[in-house]
Amino acid sequence: MNEAIIHVITVLGVLFVVLNIAAGLIWVERRLLALWQDRYGPNRVGPFGLLQVAADTVKLFFKEDWIPPFADKAVFVLAPAIVMLTALMSFTMIPVAPGIQISDLNIGLLFVLGMSSLGVYSVVLGGWASDNKYALLGGLRAAAQMLSYEVFMGLSLMGVVLLAGSFRLSAIVDAQRHMWFVVPQFLGFVLFMIAGVAETRRLPFDIPEAESELVAGFHSEYSGMKFGMFFVGEYVGVVLISVLITVLFFGGWLGPGLVPIAWFLIKVFAFIGLFILLRASLPRPRFDQLMSWGWKLMLPLALCNLVVTGAIVMATRR
Amino acid sequence: MKIFVDNRPFDVHAGQSLLQACLTLGFDLPYFCWHPAMGSVGACRQCAVKQYKDEADKRGRIVMSCMTPVTEDLRISVKDAEVSAFRAGVIEGLMISHPHDCPVCDEGGECHLQDMTVMTGHNYRRYRFNKRTFRNQYLGPFVNHEMNRCIQCYRCVRYYREYTGGRDLDVFALRNLAYFGRYEDGVLENEFAGNLVEICPTGVFTDKTLKHHYTRKWDLQMAPSVCVHCALGCNTTAGERYGSLRRIVNRYNGEVNGYFLCDRGRFGYEFVNHKDRIRQPLARKNGRLRPVTRSEALSQLRSILSGAKLAGIASPRASLEANFVLRALVGPERFYAGVSEAQYRLTAAIIELLKTGPAHTPSLREIERSDAVLILGEDVTNVAPRMALALRQSVRQAAFRLAEKLHIPVWLDHPVREAAQDLRSPLFVAATHGTKLDDVAKEAFHAAPLEIARLGFAVAHAIDASAPEPANLSEEMRALASRIAEALKGASKPLVVSGTSLNSQEVVDAAANVAWALCRIGKPASLSFTLPECNSMGLALMGAKPFVEGMEAVRNGEADSLVVLENDLYRRTSRENVDALLATAQHVIVLDLLANPTTAKAEVVLPAGSFAEAEGTLVSSEGRAQRLFRVYAPGGDVQESWRWLRDMMAEAGRQEATAWETFDDVLGSTAQAIPAIHGAVGAAPPATFRLAGAKIPREPHRYSGRTAMLANISVSEPKPPEDADSPLSYTMEGYPEQPPPALTPYFWAPGWNSIQSVNAFQEEIAGPLRGGDPGVRLIEPRPGNGYRSCVSEAFVARGEAWLLAPLYHIFGSEELSPWAPAVSELAPQTYVALRPDDASRLGAEEGQEVEVQWNGTAHRLPVKFRADLPAGVAGLPVGLPGTECAGLPVWAKISKPL
Amino acid sequence: MFSILRTLWNILLHSFRPRVTIQYPDEKPYLAPRYRGRIILSRDPDGGERCVACYLCAVACPVDCISLQATEDEHGRRYPDFFRINFSRCIFCGYCEEACPTYAIQLTPDFEICEYDRQNLVYEKEDLLISGPGKYPDYSFWRVAGVQIGGKAKGESEREDAPADVRNLLP
Repeated sequence: MNEAIIHVITVLGVLFVVLNIAAGLIWVERRLLALWQDRYGPNRVGPFGLLQVAADTVKLFFKEDWIPPFADKAVFVLAPAIVMLTALMSFTMIPVAPGIQISDLNIGLLFVLGMSSLGVYSVVLGGWASDNKYALLGGLRAAAQMLSYEVFMGLSLMGVVLLAGSFRLSAIVDAQRHMWFVVPQFLGFVLFMIAGVAETRRLPFDIPEAESELVAGFHSEYSGMKFGMFFVGEYVGVVLISVLITVLFFGGWLGPGLVPIAWFLIKVFAFIGLFILLRASLPRPRFDQLMSWGWKLMLPLALCNLVVTGAIVMATRR
Repeated sequence: MKIFVDNRPFDVHAGQSLLQACLTLGFDLPYFCWHPAMGSVGACRQCAVKQYKDEADKRGRIVMSCMTPVTEDLRISVKDAEVSAFRAGVIEGLMISHPHDCPVCDEGGECHLQDMTVMTGHNYRRYRFNKRTFRNQYLGPFVNHEMNRCIQCYRCVRYYREYTGGRDLDVFALRNLAYFGRYEDGVLENEFAGNLVEICPTGVFTDKTLKHHYTRKWDLQMAPSVCVHCALGCNTTAGERYGSLRRIVNRYNGEVNGYFLCDRGRFGYEFVNHKDRIRQPLARKNGRLRPVTRSEALSQLRSILSGAKLAGIASPRASLEANFVLRALVGPERFYAGVSEAQYRLTAAIIELLKTGPAHTPSLREIERSDAVLILGEDVTNVAPRMALALRQSVRQAAFRLAEKLHIPVWLDHPVREAAQDLRSPLFVAATHGTKLDDVAKEAFHAAPLEIARLGFAVAHAIDASAPEPANLSEEMRALASRIAEALKGASKPLVVSGTSLNSQEVVDAAANVAWALCRIGKPASLSFTLPECNSMGLALMGAKPFVEGMEAVRNGEADSLVVLENDLYRRTSRENVDALLATAQHVIVLDLLANPTTAKAEVVLPAGSFAEAEGTLVSSEGRAQRLFRVYAPGGDVQESWRWLRDMMAEAGRQEATAWETFDDVLGSTAQAIPAIHGAVGAAPPATFRLAGAKIPREPHRYSGRTAMLANISVSEPKPPEDADSPLSYTMEGYPEQPPPALTPYFWAPGWNSIQSVNAFQEEIAGPLRGGDPGVRLIEPRPGNGYRSCVSEAFVARGEAWLLAPLYHIFGSEELSPWAPAVSELAPQTYVALRPDDASRLGAEEGQEVEVQWNGTAHRLPVKFRADLPAGVAGLPVGLPGTECAGLPVWAKISKPL
Repeated sequence: MFSILRTLWNILLHSFRPRVTIQYPDEKPYLAPRYRGRIILSRDPDGGERCVACYLCAVACPVDCISLQATEDEHGRRYPDFFRINFSRCIFCGYCEEACPTYAIQLTPDFEICEYDRQNLVYEKEDLLISGPGKYPDYSFWRVAGVQIGGKAKGESEREDAPADVRNLLP
């Protein structure tokens, strides 16, 4: 009984924190981008412009909930729900701190990767259901990009799994007590970082959206809260990838002095900051460049990493 | 014939000038003094090209292309640097004294001088000294004069003096001070002076009526239209801005009006904007006509129409379609033509003559090329003005023939004139009084209508002895007849012109006999009849019953209510007849544009769209069915007559009306129901026509002010009105390609903003438009048949009474144009014309009032002397307010009042 | 690869740069005299309306937000009967000013023309006309144009000869 209540509180707590961080990121991102572009960003609504998020949310809620008459209605409504659903599902596996974890599956990492693969559907279906040439092109690009980067995203993590000897995320964190995996698996970290950016469709890999070419890509026809779901879903994705990097390569909650959860949050926010810095700095590559990097550079590197790691693990174990 | 332009070979037709050839091929070659209708004089030195002896010749020499005939293997360069510099230098010289006033010049934006200056690349004024200036003149209500802008191309005087035969515009002074104007301020006398607006390459002569509501060409919403001020069907382009009609310009149609319009057609348009326009339905309440809403009017009509026995009075100035829907509303058996009895009989007779006789009805271009003309009983200049201009050109055929013999190209204007001197092809005028064509006529014969008919019969007899001969011909008339007969027999394209103005069956028959006699002896004779109104021919082809039967039907109760379509009945028959008719009828429903005596007596008046607000098909006196299009969507309750009549049918519960949604539906039904006008469907492409999938824009691509012109009413711009009735749209979006000629809303070509851009629309310069000149001929001759036998008694002058012959005035006699302020300014006050000797016999001075009695009514009219009237004949102007003139000529008693 | 890292570093360094943003309503920016803001109609040095209603601004306007109607006074001086600019459409491109042959239409450094009701952004001639010559204090179109207006007969414009005597035939 007691355990069940704790469980429910954990679930609600994680949900609350994740969604609030995601929403807050909207403000954080705008302020950080402004900072790096020598501007102020939103600074008028509330202290430091903090209420901007609330204002935007209210605005989104009051926008007309419009479904284009030519759209495939059921799929059109479903698509933004998928993006939120898959991203939030992944959080069930995340070990935030000892004891703060919703579910500690022994194949936790595979579950997370699987959810991330399903996330592709939201974009593809959203683009398809809109029945708009820009949306369709965006959806197609998303499908190609996310499938390609999915492949070596998984492979790049296999080194970590080999070192930890488990798919269980809490076990992976525990395995880093002596050394964060970023040291032995530096290549894996870089590859995962790149793939993570591509998976969340963030700049410089926002090719499915590509507002300078495709209006707004797959979500051209979306407005109101359905657009809001895509919007927040993207930030949830950013949080998720940052969390995964923290957990897989930077020792999760581990760290001296502070309480575990503090270490966890510090690390996560550092990576979120990195995401935003990437957006502020790098231009968008061409679609064909993106694909050829994925298949011709990243995938071979990921395989090499796996082979070398495997070889070393085998050698040291023996 | 092959020529080389900048080393590229081109095929061109022989017999034209190099300038014509280059323009036909699409080269942008500037010119000023040359005009396609007036030939070359080589005065402006602007159309220079470089001519090479042969392929090896690299040096070449500069020649004026307008003065150089095309020859086989001619080699020229248009682009050569030296000749380009030459042209730029010439225009710099021409521009030395051109004032700095394009922003306030009405020509700006459609100025040939602007186009040519840009074309030659002269873009910077180096001349820094004083400019010469001139004083302007008052030239009447039509044409504005601003002499500073003149570049001395001489086109105006060549056109005015040589082409139209005007005498009162000339060039004065000398060297760089050549001045083009009248010897003193005054109204330009010629009826075609308005064409100076288009002839002048810059803004010396501009449209004064446009000046009162000035709009640039690029801001006008334009549509192809047809002139409604006489029966010739000249093609016009009408332009609108801010809901009012702004101007009319010529729309080239090679077969009809060519490059020119008459002043009535060009300046008569302002009736559309008149404050007395009926703009909302009126209904009679307590004895007074009051404005009502559309739905009130329709509900009142519903109660009138239920159970009423309707008679419809059709109109010769309404379109075929409007008349047809009226016919459908009232039924063919009670569909009456609203024209005078004489007009009704004559038009029917004319159609029969043209359809069953061997002589064909010529287009204006064919009239221009006739080499012998006999005019029987028509004052063409005042009745069908544009035809008079064509007839004036026809007398030059002899000169052209001589030039060919002397190997002078016919387009070399001055050599041809020098060679010909006063040589003219024969033109004979027989009329009740002197006409403006008498100065080019070989002989002019002034006599009473019957005598004119007798002369005609005598000529026919002199051509072919089997034609009937009038009895008791005087010796002079016989001699005159044989002179005319000889001239006509000697011609290769003889023409007989007559018409309905004298209301004389005999004159019309005589004209037919002359033409048929010519056909009988193997000449391709043409026979042209002038008609009074723009759709007189069309209405007659529809086979309506005569108006008198309509009046009879109302009198004996066969019909109890009248629907009058665009018709002032008081112009058709005597006042008592109309008063009686309108009093007998229980209900009178009138559709019209302007308040007139008939609308004043109506029970319901519906606001009909004018030619600028309605689409329709008109049949010209040639028998050519032509389409005119709405220029703008009329605001408020104004709508096309056919739509009102259709709505009335719907109110009366008539099913067939529901099928008539668009103009094409009505046109289709019209053509199907009346075989005589079946061809009218082909006058223009249907509303489904698209150019590269798009409608044809009425607005030029530089149309301005879209988002501001209605912003004072509401800042949210309304959707532009849609036009389901035609392939034209009320927008500026469309495919930038030339539409079919019947749908060309305006002429414009890249680099050619002036009206001269028509060059780019012609198959070859001054030839037909690309895709064929618009219009479908409905009447073709049938060979064979005998003569009209009516030979009348000689006219005998009576001492105590005068035969009142109708006198027509280009400005005033027609119904609609005097509502235009500029035209009404030139319309005369009503008068009676008397020979000076008759007047002195009566003891009346010029300007004094006399009492004139005819048809039992007496009128007091001022006397005007006309020495050119024959003895025993007096003249009465037609159509002016204050007199009844239906049924002229009549015998009248004239006496000096006490 | 290195360049990407360098870019990231350089961008990161911008955290310590001063902001270029001007906090507008609290702090007013400097606007050059040729700034393209609210459009006005100016008057010539004698105080008459400069606009001669030539329609060139209207045709130059890429959003077609200018409409006017020309008219003339009894002496032939042309002026706009009405002159309307729909500022809710205006993009302040300045083409109208470029096209104007008389320096009548000018853009000013005033850009604070927001309204709660869009209809109030439709300016008529009375709203546009100012009382001075604006940026070009000395220019007067009518002094150089070769047309006659009230107070200036033929031949009295700058660099013009007296009207020719057409009856004089001396060479």
